[in-house]
Amino acid sequence: MSTVAWITARGLFGRRRALLLLPLPLLLVGLATLCRAYDVRPSDWGSPVIVGLGLAVVLPVVSLIVGTGVLGSEIDDGTIVHILTKPLPRRDIILAKLGVAVVVSALTSAVPLFIAGLLAESARTGAALAVAATVGALAYSALFLLLSLLTRRPVLLGLVYILVWEGLLGQFVSGTRVLSIQQYVITLADKISPTGLLESKVSLTVSIVMGAIFVVGCGLASIDRLRSFSMAGETS
Amino acid sequence: MTTVDLQNVSRWYGNVVAVNDISMSLAPGVTGLLGPNGAGKTTVLHMMAGFLAPSRGEVTIDGTPTWRNPAVYRQLGLVAEREAVHGFLTAREFIMASAKMQKLPDPKAATDWALEMVEMAAAADRRIETYSKGMRQRTRVAAALVHNPQVLLLDEPFNGMDPRQRMHMMALLHDLGDRGHTILFSSHILEEVEQVSGTVQVIVAGRLAASGDYRRIRRLMTNRPHVFAVQSSDDRRLAVALIAEKSVSGVEIDGTGMTVRASDYGSFTRALPRIALDSGIRLRKLIPSDESLESVFSYLLEA
Repeated sequence: MSTVAWITARGLFGRRRALLLLPLPLLLVGLATLCRAYDVRPSDWGSPVIVGLGLAVVLPVVSLIVGTGVLGSEIDDGTIVHILTKPLPRRDIILAKLGVAVVVSALTSAVPLFIAGLLAESARTGAALAVAATVGALAYSALFLLLSLLTRRPVLLGLVYILVWEGLLGQFVSGTRVLSIQQYVITLADKISPTGLLESKVSLTVSIVMGAIFVVGCGLASIDRLRSFSMAGETS
Repeated sequence: MTTVDLQNVSRWYGNVVAVNDISMSLAPGVTGLLGPNGAGKTTVLHMMAGFLAPSRGEVTIDGTPTWRNPAVYRQLGLVAEREAVHGFLTAREFIMASAKMQKLPDPKAATDWALEMVEMAAAADRRIETYSKGMRQRTRVAAALVHNPQVLLLDEPFNGMDPRQRMHMMALLHDLGDRGHTILFSSHILEEVEQVSGTVQVIVAGRLAASGDYRRIRRLMTNRPHVFAVQSSDDRRLAVALIAEKSVSGVEIDGTGMTVRASDYGSFTRALPRIALDSGIRLRKLIPSDESLESVFSYLLEA
């Protein structure tokens, strides 16, 4: 593990904000377990719990907390200067931070989604959801990392993307789904293990190509923004 | 030998000009960056450290631009004014992380050396969040020094330090300067700058008001009479003789001696021993009394 990744991980779990990661995955697993325990038909609870909660809320919100936490918090408190005053290529810093964000987000959302898929249908469905969630965590993390460098309010903008763009516009304006990571994740999971619980609204090609564009585009933009990172003088 | 150069550098934020056409060259040794609050010191330091793009002009270290060039951090260390340290790490972990990110061959030895330099070895294994402000400051200095950079930039480094720590930090900067490092530290406290460095860069309202040894700067201010405190075996007779001298513009006698105002520093200091010798008067004290940094600074501000 690189020193940047080590500091990032220590910083992430050293803040209270890390506790925010726990409730949503626990709620997802808890609801799935309850439905299963009370023998509710998977066709009744599978889609609302897995898609409505797991893919529309748990995955993006966990990625938002982690993605903005790995860089945005350091920019806010000024500790980023400690890392930036080193002769490290900015690409390495972004890749280390993106790596930590993806691993933490993927573990925190893929594991509960696997359990929910397992309880609703089968281990295969659970595995498909976990793989798709990992890919989704990569795309979301790249996006939220870039937002940390573009704005002082990355969490707010991230929530607008999740709630308004994906949640609201994605329901009514079909064109917006082309730029919705949530839709790529649903399609990917559905193609890996076809299931009646998931309804693909974009093609697999669009999901793969657009997902790659999100990751590469946001990654490159983040590297460029970090190269031009400016410090405002407080007493100048 | 590493030099930091600013060539006609300006920096503006919208309509506000923070730094206006500054050119300076920092050679090895300690230089104080002096100016009132809001003068543009931090903006200049941030541009030198590659954390701010000049709106116009160029900032280079040994000819290499600092902006968008992380490679300069191999020979540059920065202690920014904002107290930003990872509180969840110990000082040793924090400095060791710096050493590793600098890819030093022996990070542990470099960490121990840096901790010794700032006298933090005893508390090195406590988390930084338990430290006093001065200890945090010293930890940051150690992290900036761990790769033994040729250039060290410090923004208000004495903030939050107690007098003993201050003295130690001053000695450390002196020592680094003597060993050929290029050190620039900003301060708005004159005594700090006076004690650490004779060489100053004075910034007033975004412009470079003066540059060089402040005593020499004072001597170049020919429009202001130079003030000397003089004591002799016969002050009254010496005063009469001095007032006839062209370079003397005024003499005041008080209970402890006299104050002489000279319009020309060189002519007066050459004439005084001759006059004393001719008059058979013994000189007991001759001190330039307005060559302190404070008087130089106030003259520059008034100009």
